[in-house]
Amino acid sequence: MSNTPLLSLQGIDKAFPGVLANQQVDVEVAPGSIHALLGENGAGKSTLVKIIYGVLHPDAGAIHWQGERVDVPSPHAARRLGIGMVFQHFSLFDALSVTENIALGLDDAPDMAALRERIVTVSADYGLPLDPDRHVYTLSVGERQRIEIVRCLLQEPKLLIMDEPTSVLTPQETEKLFATLRRLAAEGCAVLYISHKLYEIQALCDTATIMRGGRVVASCDPRQETAHSLAEMMIGEELQPAVRGAAAVPGEVRLEVHTLDLPADDQFGTDLYNISLAVHGGEILGIAGVAGNGQAELLAALSGETPLADNDQITICGTPCGQLDAGARRALGLAFVPEERLGHGAVPEMSLVDNTLLSGYRRHGLIRLGVIDYAGAEREAAGVVEQFDVRTPGVGHVAGSLSGGNLQKFIVGREVRQAPRLLIVAQPTWGVDAGAAAAIHQALLDLTETGTGILLISQDLDEVLAVSDRVAVISGGRLSAAQPRAAVDAGQLGMLMAGLHDIDDPGGQAHAAEA
Amino acid sequence: MLPRLEPRKEPSRLLTWTTPLIAVAATLVTGAVIFWFMGHSPGTALYTFFVRPVADLYGFTELLVKATPLVLCAVGLAIGFRANVWNIGAEGQLTLGAVFGGGLAIFLHGTESALVQALTLPLMLIAGVLGGMAWAAIPAFLKTRYDANEILTSLMLTYVATLLLSTLVHGPWKDPAGYNFPESVLFGEAALLPVLWDGTRLHLGGLLALFAVALAWFVLARTLLGFQVKVVGMAPQAAGYAGFARRRMVWVTLLIAGGLAGLAGIVEVAGPIGQLLPVVSPGYGFTAIIVAFLGRLHPLGILFAALVLALSYLGGETAQIELGLPQGITGVFQGMILFFLLASDVLIRYRVRFGAPAIARPATVAEGGERAEQGA
Repeated sequence: MSNTPLLSLQGIDKAFPGVLANQQVDVEVAPGSIHALLGENGAGKSTLVKIIYGVLHPDAGAIHWQGERVDVPSPHAARRLGIGMVFQHFSLFDALSVTENIALGLDDAPDMAALRERIVTVSADYGLPLDPDRHVYTLSVGERQRIEIVRCLLQEPKLLIMDEPTSVLTPQETEKLFATLRRLAAEGCAVLYISHKLYEIQALCDTATIMRGGRVVASCDPRQETAHSLAEMMIGEELQPAVRGAAAVPGEVRLEVHTLDLPADDQFGTDLYNISLAVHGGEILGIAGVAGNGQAELLAALSGETPLADNDQITICGTPCGQLDAGARRALGLAFVPEERLGHGAVPEMSLVDNTLLSGYRRHGLIRLGVIDYAGAEREAAGVVEQFDVRTPGVGHVAGSLSGGNLQKFIVGREVRQAPRLLIVAQPTWGVDAGAAAAIHQALLDLTETGTGILLISQDLDEVLAVSDRVAVISGGRLSAAQPRAAVDAGQLGMLMAGLHDIDDPGGQAHAAEA
Repeated sequence: MLPRLEPRKEPSRLLTWTTPLIAVAATLVTGAVIFWFMGHSPGTALYTFFVRPVADLYGFTELLVKATPLVLCAVGLAIGFRANVWNIGAEGQLTLGAVFGGGLAIFLHGTESALVQALTLPLMLIAGVLGGMAWAAIPAFLKTRYDANEILTSLMLTYVATLLLSTLVHGPWKDPAGYNFPESVLFGEAALLPVLWDGTRLHLGGLLALFAVALAWFVLARTLLGFQVKVVGMAPQAAGYAGFARRRMVWVTLLIAGGLAGLAGIVEVAGPIGQLLPVVSPGYGFTAIIVAFLGRLHPLGILFAALVLALSYLGGETAQIELGLPQGITGVFQGMILFFLLASDVLIRYRVRFGAPAIARPATVAEGGERAEQGA
């Protein structure tokens, strides 16, 4: 084989208003390698892969593909070169079948019967079990991801880009994905792998490019490094692990849910069955589970966005509130971080000041006689930005202009600074880099020391285990009994998480992610 | 081969604010072509339509008189539109304002007491506001209780309202000394809005409209209510998250819009008209929808947009008299403005592409997803 790299980027620059997303970036990807792209949020990884995939265009620099200089004006052109990409969020139609969804994403008009055959062959070849006739809404998140991967593989790519593919998978599903990727690499297809999970990168990748502040700061073989050293290269400073205070003394009950049954109002939603839980002041109850197992429905019922028929099924700080709306529950001392940042946790077109008002005007007393105290709101927004290290040119900028991780820090900070009596957080570190994730975890732990009760709902098992005092698992709309964290291990939780869901999984569940 | 629309990567911010001007310019050009086809010199016709009516001071004050009800209705509608509450029935709410306030004027007509005389006008204005609110409360109730679409209910109620007024004026409220014409008595001095400038019809309602603009600006920019309206409109899910009750927003915005439209109705009746007639508005409530959008749903923008649309009423009248054009010419120009405004709004956000749809369609789907990803 020749030594020509498959893909070579030289001196890539890309500027957005107010920020240099990529500066003089050089990266080389060898054929058949599994190449990690590591970096904090806002480090420029997403910008870089979007340039490779033709979604964005560089301001300067050259892209060489198999030694020849190329121009990638569109994703269509990228696919024609042999570049495939699986995004973190899928673009699938729930009401269409697997085959139909794949047909929609292909550039050439396919013959459906032939396509179905090819899907069966490719999914069997690469260990990606997929029924071409099932409708997408019946599939688990892991299966949906397989659709996206198969869609890419059908075009016989030479480079497959994967953006945080395991953030929605169980440990078992992750292991299967890794097997597929290793197999692809062995056949000569290079993989460009973006992830924040350092141990994954160590387990999977043979090369790593580390980015910080839009520049490449290091290249290394991740197998020769420790997770700690990788994290430090990434954030450029000593990593402070989250510190737990004195063992929490459980206080009074701040949230009680009593035998909650809730049929989903959406045909693609999950019904909740007989859910009971209690969160005490000063503790964190963690709920693990794979996406789509009832988390969204449970969150909406708890926040008040889906009011219940029975007022007594939910009690916040001693007040039954099943029928109260979100505003009334906030008045009882609830603060809430939803899973979706844009459009739910924040209004994208509004400034950070307005977004501070959104949920904070009650607890901060920012309304006098119906008139907004904008000076006070601006001070509070600036406080959030400073305390939680939100990178933004100013609090007057709109929420939609922040990178995902920065917006997440802002929303978590906004809720934490309201000094709530009960905090419900969903996916607090979704897409957030290691340094910021540690800061967010620390903020949650600090909050419990002031007596706040926290309910943490997360698909990231490591996160649940890192901060929770007690752990429960949600699967198929049912909640397992909460156990003290010391009494559970990741493998056991992974089984519970997969429990009612991946029945098609043929054995082989013994190995969790540590394998 | 059909043309298709492809979303632009970034809509121009400057263009968003200049489209109203582009729409007006396109209307002028198209208007000139229409005049030419109808056998008139475009220059003269445009002059007759757009300049002649306001060439003298009296004409200019008439422009303000016509703009007054447009501003009042459009400001209320804009607050609702900001919250995605689509009240199309300002015309009906205006009519009910005229019925309530005008009915009170007829009831109090001829009372000698000085106190009643002094209170007549304020009470009429309040009654007008309440009448418009009552009419807007019906779609609000149907929307919040039965989830009935407010576009349909508010629009249909407009026809009920105009027929109600017509019935009253043809029947019980007909002037007994009016030779059987379907008109009420001419209101007495106490029931008429004071004229601000002698020799013109410019009345107190104009100041009320200015006050409404200032108040709406303050509410939208500085109050919790305005903030809630904006959040509900921009991100309904975030509004639910913050605990802004959707039902309450529907009620509040419809009552505000209804109240202001009702005020516009009584201001017309107690101002330029001076009595109740079977029809009290040449479609101000509908034209106000165009005004609201041409003004970018911003109170100050609405002030200017109302002047433009008021000119289309005056120009239509002048064109009828001087050029012998049909009355419909006003509607043609109003329609063109709305059409060009909506069209330029689309073209700001999308570009037109001609291409092979067979390949283009799946590619567009995939790229749409990627772009959504990019925004996340």
